[in-house]
Amino acid sequence: MEEGYVTEDGRKIGGVVMEMKNITLRFGGVVAIKDISFDIRQGEIRAIIGPNGAGKSSMLNVISGFYVPQEGQVFYQGKPRPQMRPYEVARQGIARTFQNIALFEGMSVLDNVMTGRLNYMKTGLFQQAWWKGKAEQEETENREVVEKVIDFLEIQHIRKTPVARLPYGLKKRVELARALAAEPSLLLLDEPMAGMNVEEKEDMSRFILDVNDEFGTTIALIEHDMGVVMDLSDRVVVMDYGKKIGDGTPDEVRNNQDVIDAYLGVAHD
Amino acid sequence: MTPYLGAGPNRDQNRGTAIVRPGRPEREEKKLAQTQSGAAGLQSLPALLERNATEFADQPAYREKEFGIWQAWTWAQAAKEIEALALGLINLGVQEGDFIAIIGRNRPYLYWSMVAAQSVGAIPVPVYNDSAAEEMAYVLDHCGARYVIAEDQEQVDKVLDVQEQLHELKHVIYLDPRGMRKYDHHTLHQYSHVQEQGRAAYDEWITDLNERRGKLTYDSTCVMLYTSGTTGKPKGVVLSNRNVIESAKNSADFDGLTRNEDILSYLPMAWVGDFIFSIGQAYWCGFCVNCPESQDTMMTDLREIGPTYFFAPPRVFEGQLTSVMIRMEDAGNLKRKMFHHFLTHAKKVGGDILDGKPVGLLDRLKYKLGDILVYGPLKDTLGYGRIRVGYTAGEAIGPEIFDFYRSLGINLKQLYGQTEATVFITVQPDGEVRADTVGVPAPDVEIRIDDNGEIHYRSPGVFVEYYKNAESTASTKDPEGWVATGDAGFIEADSGHLRIIDRAKDVGKMASGAMFAPKYVENKLKFYPDILEAVLFGNGKDRCVAFINIDLTAVGNWAERNNIAYASYQELAGHPKVLESIRDHVEEVNKSVAADEMLSGCQVHRFVVLHKELDADDGEMTRTRKVRRRIVEDKFADIITALYDGSEQISTTTEVTYEDGRKGAISATLTIMDAKVAQVAPQQVAAE
Repeated sequence: MEEGYVTEDGRKIGGVVMEMKNITLRFGGVVAIKDISFDIRQGEIRAIIGPNGAGKSSMLNVISGFYVPQEGQVFYQGKPRPQMRPYEVARQGIARTFQNIALFEGMSVLDNVMTGRLNYMKTGLFQQAWWKGKAEQEETENREVVEKVIDFLEIQHIRKTPVARLPYGLKKRVELARALAAEPSLLLLDEPMAGMNVEEKEDMSRFILDVNDEFGTTIALIEHDMGVVMDLSDRVVVMDYGKKIGDGTPDEVRNNQDVIDAYLGVAHD
Repeated sequence: MTPYLGAGPNRDQNRGTAIVRPGRPEREEKKLAQTQSGAAGLQSLPALLERNATEFADQPAYREKEFGIWQAWTWAQAAKEIEALALGLINLGVQEGDFIAIIGRNRPYLYWSMVAAQSVGAIPVPVYNDSAAEEMAYVLDHCGARYVIAEDQEQVDKVLDVQEQLHELKHVIYLDPRGMRKYDHHTLHQYSHVQEQGRAAYDEWITDLNERRGKLTYDSTCVMLYTSGTTGKPKGVVLSNRNVIESAKNSADFDGLTRNEDILSYLPMAWVGDFIFSIGQAYWCGFCVNCPESQDTMMTDLREIGPTYFFAPPRVFEGQLTSVMIRMEDAGNLKRKMFHHFLTHAKKVGGDILDGKPVGLLDRLKYKLGDILVYGPLKDTLGYGRIRVGYTAGEAIGPEIFDFYRSLGINLKQLYGQTEATVFITVQPDGEVRADTVGVPAPDVEIRIDDNGEIHYRSPGVFVEYYKNAESTASTKDPEGWVATGDAGFIEADSGHLRIIDRAKDVGKMASGAMFAPKYVENKLKFYPDILEAVLFGNGKDRCVAFINIDLTAVGNWAERNNIAYASYQELAGHPKVLESIRDHVEEVNKSVAADEMLSGCQVHRFVVLHKELDADDGEMTRTRKVRRRIVEDKFADIITALYDGSEQISTTTEVTYEDGRKGAISATLTIMDAKVAQVAPQQVAAE
């Protein structure tokens, strides 16, 4: 598998982008993640699933560099990743959305999505204030990218609407827009469909597939809804009580006895 | 260009007679002169395009908002784009006489497709983009479309879903490549690639293209449009260049349209009105067609463009008025007081000022002040800051709504038309605008009322035929060219204006022999902002009953203000307070219906507020939002029975179709409401 593989629908998946090696994460006495290893490959949609409290979000936070595991190592693009601050992670081309939406509520959708471009803006405070010249040109260039994302996610009609006024499903989409505006090479989605109705879920699924298809973005997502995950992802990691209990294509995972037990529930010793 | 259908002497001659022939003798000469200029070559859309590309080369022809910016194409650029596409189509193998279906929302590229199709001798067939795959299959199969030009993945998917039923289909062209990468591209082509190939093969095909363009005459088919099908399957209405260009020419003269107009094209491309405004008139006059960014941004785009010539069905005007009123409720005290004060003044004199009637100096000055303080900013917010002529048609518009816009100084008028007439049958001339009539016969249109009240017309816009349906053609259009509209109405003796009563086939008799005209009552009900839709029953019965749909926006807002909690449309629709207020409306309507001696039998005795909105996806309405009476009658037969048998409540289950085509069911227990009926002095039914 080192050279990648070809998915059922004929997409070519490349080599390993990120690799987790024997990750263990503890919060005091609580072990959130126990000795987990897996990899994420170029261009694939990789899902992490599991019941409540399985450690999915902790895992995503490890990937994003927000949590530093006590044991194990994270390799990004072949190199072991040192401890980094969130903005440093963002500069590495990793963008994410949050389970509990983290947007600037009082700002318009456009401004929120523009914040996704901050890494690309070089002008300083004074230049921005003076505005004419460099800052203006820079904003125009970045606005162009942002407008493409707005068009892509079909949120033109709320461009100038303050985020606070939007319904939940749209806020999720705005969050995705902000992440996309950063033109990430790896996109992390934390429960992108939580709390959505069927129609919103279908819309979101289509956008996720389109993002992957159109920009070739590698996507790692956490999701609760098994149906959605199985339809979307190329490979799935299943977690339960901080352990990895399955890893493979949706079909393999679906037939894995441990996974079935975890979801249907058996007594844990 | 002056409107020649003012209060001319000719029209008065016909006072009281059934036939109205417009047009003065001097007009005949003028018309001849123009027809000759038509003979000089302007007999097809490509010919008009060529003229515009030469004469108005640098004028904007199309604008579309994309990526947050209005992108523009001049006539010269548009002509180049269209030519490239036409060459590409020939390159793909399009033959003369092929049908090319065009599916998508209003975009310049799709308008170009229609003209490019005609350039290569093919026939464009715009299809409603919100049709379900099955509906689409019927239309595409009926015309035997060989090519489809679709906007995006969604539309392509629908076509591919039903491609087994489409034996003629050869190639599908799509505009937006998003999500299309993984599709099998043997018969799928991207629009821009087709254009590129066309440009590349310029030398190879240009003689062929010129030859094909040269063969187009005034009688070549310009477009085929499917009727929305209030009854049964849609019919393909074939319109010739003569129909389209003559209609565009006459209507443009009537309102003095010039090449400086700006219009916003947002109504379905498959609808005849959009074809006439955005292609017919746009090409004839050479004005600019502006396409909104997406369906949901229409209101913002309207404001940004500020069209000078605008068309909208009543529901758009209703929606805007409702949102203005709601927002004014939330405004500060001073603003609200000022708004209401000046609006009252506008109501008093605004209409008269617009109509050029004498108004006192003081009132005029106050109106001017109001214009600076209220009307002007309001019009600007609504997007009507520059409007010269506005039309509404399709359904009756509430008199209050109509008067509201007119009083602000917006020249909103009504017209009455049909696909078969290439839109125009009657139009309201400036200065003769009323809410309850649809105006006088449009230029070159003759009107005749039959004994049974059905309206017939004859005009240069009369359609060629229903495609592959000689039987329907013969029953609609007689050998002399008179077309039956299917609407019942009469010409007002004193003004010469046409008044529509209802669909002729819907007009019936009640058990007592009184006239039953459901639309008349339904429209009165629908004029209340919290009633979205109403359906009246009573043909052959002794009394009338009604179904009512509440308007979720208006009633929802009211509920919020009054601290009424609700979880769903169904719950709100069944709320006792809502039912009470609807009952008040029904009773008021009964009073006003009772005043009309001809229709006093149509008062609503009992009614029910339905648990679901009537919807086109469930087949209860057409795509143009007209109620399909028979289907509603069958589907809710149990509720109608309950309305007549005196039950207090009815439990019912209804099948619903979701937007993606899946089916579900909703059940509800509905309370049946009684309404007071106004007394009518016993009298004989007025004989016509």
